[in-house]
Amino acid sequence: MLRIENLHVSYGNVEALHGINLEVKEGEIVTLLGANGAGKSTTLNTISGLLKPTKGTIYFKDVEISKLEAHEIVSLGIAQVPEGRRVFSTLTVQENLNLGAFTVLDEKTIQKNLEWIFSLFPRLKERRKQLAGTLSGGEQQMLAIARGLMANPKILLLDEPSLGLAPILVKSIFATIKEINESGVTVLLVEQNARAALKLAHRGYVIEVGNIVLADSSENLLSNPEVRKAYLGG
Amino acid sequence: MELFIQQLTNGLAIGGIYALIALGYTMVYGVMKLINFAHGDLFSIGAYLGLTLLLSLGLVDKIGVLGGILLLMLMVMGLVGIIGIILERVAYRPLRKADRLSAVVSALGASIFFANSLMLIYGAKFRVYPHNILPKMAVDILGMKIPLIRILLLLASFILMTALYLFVQKTKTGTAIRAAAIDQGAAKLMGINVNKIISIVFFIGPALGGAAGIMVGLYYGQINFLMGWLYGLKAFIAAVIGGIGNIPGAMLGGIILGVVESLGAAYVSFAWKDAIAFLVLIIILIVRPTGILGERVAEKV
Ligand SMILES: Nc1ncnc2c1ncn2[C@@H]1O[C@H](COP(=O)(O)OP(=O)(O)OP(=O)(O)O)[C@@H](O)[C@H]1O
Ligand SMILES: [Mg+2]
Repeated sequence: MLRIENLHVSYGNVEALHGINLEVKEGEIVTLLGANGAGKSTTLNTISGLLKPTKGTIYFKDVEISKLEAHEIVSLGIAQVPEGRRVFSTLTVQENLNLGAFTVLDEKTIQKNLEWIFSLFPRLKERRKQLAGTLSGGEQQMLAIARGLMANPKILLLDEPSLGLAPILVKSIFATIKEINESGVTVLLVEQNARAALKLAHRGYVIEVGNIVLADSSENLLSNPEVRKAYLGG
Repeated sequence: MELFIQQLTNGLAIGGIYALIALGYTMVYGVMKLINFAHGDLFSIGAYLGLTLLLSLGLVDKIGVLGGILLLMLMVMGLVGIIGIILERVAYRPLRKADRLSAVVSALGASIFFANSLMLIYGAKFRVYPHNILPKMAVDILGMKIPLIRILLLLASFILMTALYLFVQKTKTGTAIRAAAIDQGAAKLMGINVNKIISIVFFIGPALGGAAGIMVGLYYGQINFLMGWLYGLKAFIAAVIGGIGNIPGAMLGGIILGVVESLGAAYVSFAWKDAIAFLVLIIILIVRPTGILGERVAEKV
């Protein structure tokens, strides 16, 4: 469904991705693991069109998307839940959700998605009229995910959804991600919480300073000695 | 009491004009973090275009005073709005990724270009709006005679600001404008075409500024190619007073500035009228550095 080939991305003169290859098949949950500064967010932002590659190509359903504008990429069905949530803090929860559905023109689809995300996150329904900035960190993460789902995506890119959340909340967010995937949305999950991510995902990639160094099934990665040492605390 | 009411209504009318211009500064700043220094000149262009269309089309004779002026205003707003879109394309978009100073220099260049174009086309002398368009009537309110034009002016700015407010608060595009002002990157991730939003903002802001230009022409009767400078500065002050980037703030700042200035001119000193604007600015910035309704501290220009 999503295929990245030999992707190079630079910030100014500094190259952050040195030719990575990555694939996500329809229906999968794939996780991209790596330490701080490895290039995970850079990868997602390039898929979303916020950054332009210096070399290499990204295909979505065999259509090249690496030259498209960010808003066109969302319209194709690729939504991103960015690192740090980035909800629109001075807008209400409802307005944030409406913005998530910006590219969806069919009112019925919007209503259906709204009901679905309110069943996933009942908390948001209660807080619909509240400003997003007044939500707790966990609720903001729920809103960020819900907002991404309102775009009616075929694939959802999640950038460190567990960041800064208490362990119980992480569990519940990850359970929700599983539920989202089971409803037919393909997921590319960027995480530093490798154990939780690998338990959830079908496959995983490990990225180190702009290079993919490992690509394997989740089970194999969980038992891989190098992965255990570097990302699972031994 | 009579003097007070007269000055107050006059201040509200002028404040409405400041507010309309201030909205252009604040909306552009909100989305692009850029002070459009050419905005005052777009206001001047509105005043001149209004004069030209007024004299050449004879709308007032054909469809009556109110309808004629209304149509004139809409035409001027449309034209100045289009000039605004072109300004952004030519002077600002190519510099989007350049450092901030380049955009400021480009803005100042655009300002000089506009002011001098007006001078070349219309001459350097004051030009006068025909003073017989609006009937010189005064409306009797509680025994006080308020000029009709003042009331119409107030009404016009009230309607324009209400329309803008509803547009920004209630429509999908308006919400997208607010989102782009908060976080452009996140707005893009929502599928919002931020370039389109910027164009819309560069249409609305100058359109409102152009409307203010024609209003000044009608109210004071004379216009000058440099008038955008002082009005632009005052309106910019109004935007900062209200909290730059904040739409209701610009409205509030404009009204406050107009009223304080008008009352100050009557009760303190007419000669100090313009200085009062700066005084208000300084006092408010000391008390509330972000402006009355502003949340974030203005980044350096
Ligand atoms: N806007 C930027 N300008 C310059 N360099 C950047 C920028 N953003 C990221 N980088 C650099 O690119 C590299 C990859 O950063 P990226 O944000 O993709 O890492 P990450 O894997 O998402 O890390 P984290 O887990 O901390 O979010 C880092 O070396 C970082 O310093
Ligand atoms: Mg990151």
